[in-house]
Amino acid sequence: MSILKVEDLKKYFIVPQGVVRAVDGIDFSLEEGETLALVGESGSGKTTTAHVVMGFYTATSGSVKYRDIEIGYTPIEKRPLELRKEIQIVFQDPATSLNPKKNVKDIIDTAIKIHRKGLSSVERLKFMLSLLEHIGLSEDLLFKKPHELGGGEKQLVALARALAPGPRLLILDEPTSALDISAQARVLNALKKIQEERKISYLLITHDLGVVRNLATYVAIMYLGKIYEYAHVDEFFNRPLHPYTQMLLSSIPTLTEEEEKLLPQRILSRGEIPSPMNPPSGCRFHPRCPFAMDICKKKEPPTMIIKSEHGSHTVKCWLYVNAHERNLNKA
Amino acid sequence: MKAEDFQLSEEIIRKEREMRRESIKRAWYRFSRSKLSMTGLIILLAIIISALFAEYIAPYPSHAGLYINFRDAYQPPSLRHLMGTDMYGRDVFSRVIFGYRYALMMVGMVLSIVVPVGTVLGLLAGYYRGRWIEHLIMRLADIFVSVPPLVLALSICSILEPNVFNAMLAVTLMWWPWYTRMVYSLASSLRNEPYVWAAKALGVRDINIMFRELLPNMLGPILTKATLDASWVVLIGAAISFLGLGAQPPTPDLGTMISEYSAYLPQYWWMSLGPASALALLILAFNFLGDGIRDVFAGE
Repeated sequence: MSILKVEDLKKYFIVPQGVVRAVDGIDFSLEEGETLALVGESGSGKTTTAHVVMGFYTATSGSVKYRDIEIGYTPIEKRPLELRKEIQIVFQDPATSLNPKKNVKDIIDTAIKIHRKGLSSVERLKFMLSLLEHIGLSEDLLFKKPHELGGGEKQLVALARALAPGPRLLILDEPTSALDISAQARVLNALKKIQEERKISYLLITHDLGVVRNLATYVAIMYLGKIYEYAHVDEFFNRPLHPYTQMLLSSIPTLTEEEEKLLPQRILSRGEIPSPMNPPSGCRFHPRCPFAMDICKKKEPPTMIIKSEHGSHTVKCWLYVNAHERNLNKA
Repeated sequence: MKAEDFQLSEEIIRKEREMRRESIKRAWYRFSRSKLSMTGLIILLAIIISALFAEYIAPYPSHAGLYINFRDAYQPPSLRHLMGTDMYGRDVFSRVIFGYRYALMMVGMVLSIVVPVGTVLGLLAGYYRGRWIEHLIMRLADIFVSVPPLVLALSICSILEPNVFNAMLAVTLMWWPWYTRMVYSLASSLRNEPYVWAAKALGVRDINIMFRELLPNMLGPILTKATLDASWVVLIGAAISFLGLGAQPPTPDLGTMISEYSAYLPQYWWMSLGPASALALLILAFNFLGDGIRDVFAGE
């Protein structure tokens, strides 16, 4: 049984100008102890997906199942404590996700008080100290306020707060993109260590391919509310299939010739992600795709399953549908 | 409890206390840096002490109420009577000191009701934005705000019996919507901060989100507004009394005194000058203090 299973999830927002199709029919599943990275540009719907799983938004249609329990239509306020305990989130910017008026002890204690009822204040404190030590934070920080901490420390405090209830699924919403490089490494190492020891599943939202390589087990590429490629992380870096994925990978800056060789065929990024209010017809990537064919503009590509040594590698692209079938589809 | 646990909790309690002391010290430093706010604080403290111990500080305590001694009437300011005497021979300075009592009582009573009530209503309306409770509270506030403040206060005072208590009631009723509106706008923007979402994800109860997550982040504007408003309360209270709808003579209320004595202008100018400048001093002190409190919170 998957810890998280998302099927044909749609989330539309109705705004005065029309309907924003932020997430438009995506499927994925996440197994116990693994990490799924949802990768995409801003506006691709990855954060919306995470927020539906959290219950910050409710789904428009489709299903979100946490261990076979449908949670996609239950807003966070209506979720029982036992469920809230299981799914926790680390936000992008720790400067805003920690209450500026509370010190570290109060921030983490809030989480412990709710989910570990019956502990005395000393027991809570001991639990907190062991948690901080585990994450790699000094206990000297206990009485500091967020503005007195460095960026990496702040994010680790946010991580400690999310871990305090003892979650099984942790949503990491761009956990490192607000941090400087050295702080990023610290947070990534803590995340890796915790996953190894506690076998927590991560749903990782990011646009940083370095973070993907470090943490992810599987990668799903999102573009304008749809998943265009899904693969094991090794497959993703070694044999990217979708032109969009290739474009993303070739945008990684390189230093040496050797590194350059590791990158897939160079596809220069062109254009910008269109508005999800009025997505292009057919394949949503076609206006930016160097291989776009007639059919790409007309029909949405089917999801093709390509065999690989790491289980299924799926891609949604007409290039991988053979010419015969393409013609049939045209007619 | 085990010995080491005891030690641990002792140490934490000690550190917590230390931190609190440290932050109070820092806040005091920020406050005391400004000469203006220190001046405000000193004046205000002097006024509060003299009002509290008016019986001992006022040179002629018996002159506060009904007292007639025509021999001493209409005396200009002198060393014996710092602010002169009025038409009944009462010492104006003594009456002013007793007058501060009514002014401060007014401020204390009004703010201690208006600030908590307005804040709680604003928090509820802002946090539950889009629900019926928001509409109920905010429309009620709109109704109170739509009537000009002095007109509302005057109509309440004239419907009820004109006395000090009803004047306070009137000012309280006209004042709360301003706090509700301010806290409402703060709450409805802060409720979308990620730390509020994180609290929801943890399962923090709504009431705790409002009072422990949101409220501490609003304390600055609320307290600054409260101190600056204190001077407005004094002024409105005096205005109500001046128009004869608040405290009635011979109550030594500053507004009542100005109203009573203004009939003797310009010849016996000292009679109204005393209470008027006393009123100005109090208002000034509150304003200076408000600036200082703003500095304390702005520095954080």
